[in-house]
Amino acid sequence: MSNPSSGGNGSAGGMTHVLEFEKSIAKMEQEIRRLEALQAAESGKDYSEVIAGIREQLQKALKDSYANLTAWEKVLVARHPKRPLLRDYIRLIAKDFCELHGDRLYGDDKAIVCGFARLGGHRVMLVGHQKGRDTREKIEANFGCAHPEGYRKALQKMQLAAKFNVPIVCLVDTPGAYPGVEAEERGIARAIAVNLMEMSRLGTPIVAAVIGEGGSGGALGIAVADQVAVMEHAYYSVISPEGCAAILWKSGEYASRAAESLRLTPSHLKKLGLIDEVIPEPLGGAHRDPEGAAHALEAWISKSLRDLRRLKPETLLRRRYERLRQLGAFFTSTAAPGVEPKAPSRSRPRRAKATTPLATE
Amino acid sequence: MSEVPTPPARRNVEVPEGLWIRCVQCGAMIYRRILEEELHVCPECDYHYRINARARIAQLNDPGTFEEFLPDLESSDPLEFKDRISYRERLAQVKAQTGETEAIVVGKGFIKGRPLIMGVMNPEFIMGSMGAVVGEKVAAAAERAINESLPLLMVTCSGGARMMEGMVSLVQMAKTSAAIAKLDESGGLYIVVMTDPTTAGVAASFAFLADVTLAEPGALIGFAGPRVIANTIKATLPEGFQRAEFMLEHGFVDRIVHRRDLRSEIARIIDYCNK
Ligand SMILES: [Zn+2]
Repeated sequence: MSNPSSGGNGSAGGMTHVLEFEKSIAKMEQEIRRLEALQAAESGKDYSEVIAGIREQLQKALKDSYANLTAWEKVLVARHPKRPLLRDYIRLIAKDFCELHGDRLYGDDKAIVCGFARLGGHRVMLVGHQKGRDTREKIEANFGCAHPEGYRKALQKMQLAAKFNVPIVCLVDTPGAYPGVEAEERGIARAIAVNLMEMSRLGTPIVAAVIGEGGSGGALGIAVADQVAVMEHAYYSVISPEGCAAILWKSGEYASRAAESLRLTPSHLKKLGLIDEVIPEPLGGAHRDPEGAAHALEAWISKSLRDLRRLKPETLLRRRYERLRQLGAFFTSTAAPGVEPKAPSRSRPRRAKATTPLATE
Repeated sequence: MSEVPTPPARRNVEVPEGLWIRCVQCGAMIYRRILEEELHVCPECDYHYRINARARIAQLNDPGTFEEFLPDLESSDPLEFKDRISYRERLAQVKAQTGETEAIVVGKGFIKGRPLIMGVMNPEFIMGSMGAVVGEKVAAAAERAINESLPLLMVTCSGGARMMEGMVSLVQMAKTSAAIAKLDESGGLYIVVMTDPTTAGVAASFAFLADVTLAEPGALIGFAGPRVIANTIKATLPEGFQRAEFMLEHGFVDRIVHRRDLRSEIARIIDYCNK
C-alpha cells in the first residue's frame, strides 16, 4: 500500500501542476493564453495566425509525448492534481444521482461514494472511490483510501442493486486501502475478502473501470466485474511503484524502474488478458478535456451494460466465474514433486485469456 | 507482498543449525530434537516457530495419508519481471533451496481418520507469496473439496501477493475468493488456520473467508504491513498490534489454538459440522 500522504501528488511543478515531461507543452499553452489575452486587450492587433501556428505545434507535441508515455509517466498522469475525479464524472455523465450513505454497521466512509444514477441510458448503482479535490475534501476522504466501512458500504449498496436487478458500475481511483490502526481493528482484510467473494456471485451485471489509480487490493475490492476497463492514462497495479521499489530495490528512487517492471499500464494489462478494454482519453489526457474523457467512459459503460443485460442471469454468473477461474499464468513441469524441475520453457501453454467474448453467449 | 512483516527476531527459516538452539523469544537453550518433538514450539515460552509446508503436513496428517495434487505447476513469469535479479533466477534459486516448486502444497489428507482436502503455505518460498500458481492450487483445492464433498482446510502463511507477477498475482485474490464462494454454496465446510504471518493479499482473500477461523498464538495477521502503518500514522504501534490475540479481541478469529492441539481441534470442528 502506498502512503496516502505521498500518493496523491505527482506534480513536479508545484502550484501550476506541470509534469516534468510536459514542460514544453505547458510553455506553448501559456504562450497561447498570453497572445489571446493580448489580442482581446488591444483591438486592431491580430495574432490569430501566430496562435494557430503554436496550436499546431502544441497538438503535435501532445500527440508525440502522450503516445509514448513511460509507465512512470502514466502513473504521474493518473495522479495529476487536475485529473477528473469520481465527483466530476458524476457531474458530467450521471443524471439524477441519488447518493446513498452508510454501511449499517459503523459509519459512512467518504472515500467510497455510492448511489443510484442514470448513466449511459441505464439506471445503475454507481460505486466509486472519491479522492477529494481540495484539502478539506482530501482529508475527509483520506485521499481515496477507504476503511473497512467503505467496502462494507459498497457491498451493502451493491446487494441492494442486485435485489432489484439494477446493474452496477464501479469506478476505481485509489492509491490503496487505508493503512492504519483503526482499519486493521475493524477488519480491512476481511472487508475486502468478503467483497471479492460476494461480487463474484451478485446476480446483476457489474462493470468496473479504473479512472485514475488502481491501487492493489483496495482497488480490487470494488472491481470484480463482468467487464473491466482501464482508462488510457490510468494504471492498475498490485503495489505502488514506490512500494515495490522500496522492497525489491531497497530504495524508493527506483520507482520508475519498478513501474516499468510491474507492467501496470492499460496496454500491458490488455496484452496480459487481465482487462477487456482500454478507454481512450482525449489528446493530452483527461485533465485537458474532462468532458471528452467522461463521454468516452460513458460510451464504454453504456455499451458494456447493453451487452451484459442480454445475458440470462445464470449465463452471466457462469461467465463471471469462468473469467475469474482462468486468470493465471503457469505451466505444468514434468518433474516429480520435491525434485528440482527443469528450467521453465519459454512457451506459456496456460497463459490465461480473461476475455470471454460476449458475442458467443 | 506489500511489506514482508518480519519482526527483527523472525526470519523465514528460524531454527538455526546445530544441536542446541537458543530460543529467539525467551533465550532458553533447547535441544534440537526436543524442539522437533514439540512441533517447533519452544517448550519454555510457547513461541511458535515458522515451519515449512512439508513439516506442517507431517504434523497435521495421520502418518502416510497425505496425497499431493498438482505438484508440478510452476509460474510462467508472465511479466518477464526483473528487479535487481530476474524473477526466473529468483524462482530457480528458491526451488533449489527449498526443493519445492511453489509457495503452497495442496492435497488430500486425513486428520484423526477424517478425510479432507488441504492446502499448506510455505514461508520459505518467497515469503509464501501468492502468484498464479498459488491461486490456481487454492481454487483447484476448493473445487476438489466440492466434488468429493470433503471439508477444506487452508493453513495460511503469506506476506501477500507476489509482486513479481504484478496484476496477475492481484487477480488471484478474486479468483480464490470466487472459488471459496462456490464451496460455500455447495455447503462445504471451510476451515482456515492462520499462522505467522497471514497478511495483505492472502489475508484479504481466501484466508478471511472461512466458516471457522483458527490462529496460532502470536501469529501476525492483518492487511497492511506494520511498518507501512507506522509510517502513515507517524507513531509507534500499540503493543501486540495485529497479533492473533489482537484479532481475537477484535472479533476476527474464532479460536487461538496451540500447535499441539490443532489436530484435535480441527477434528472436533469437522465433527460438529458433519451433516
Ligand atoms: Zn522460548
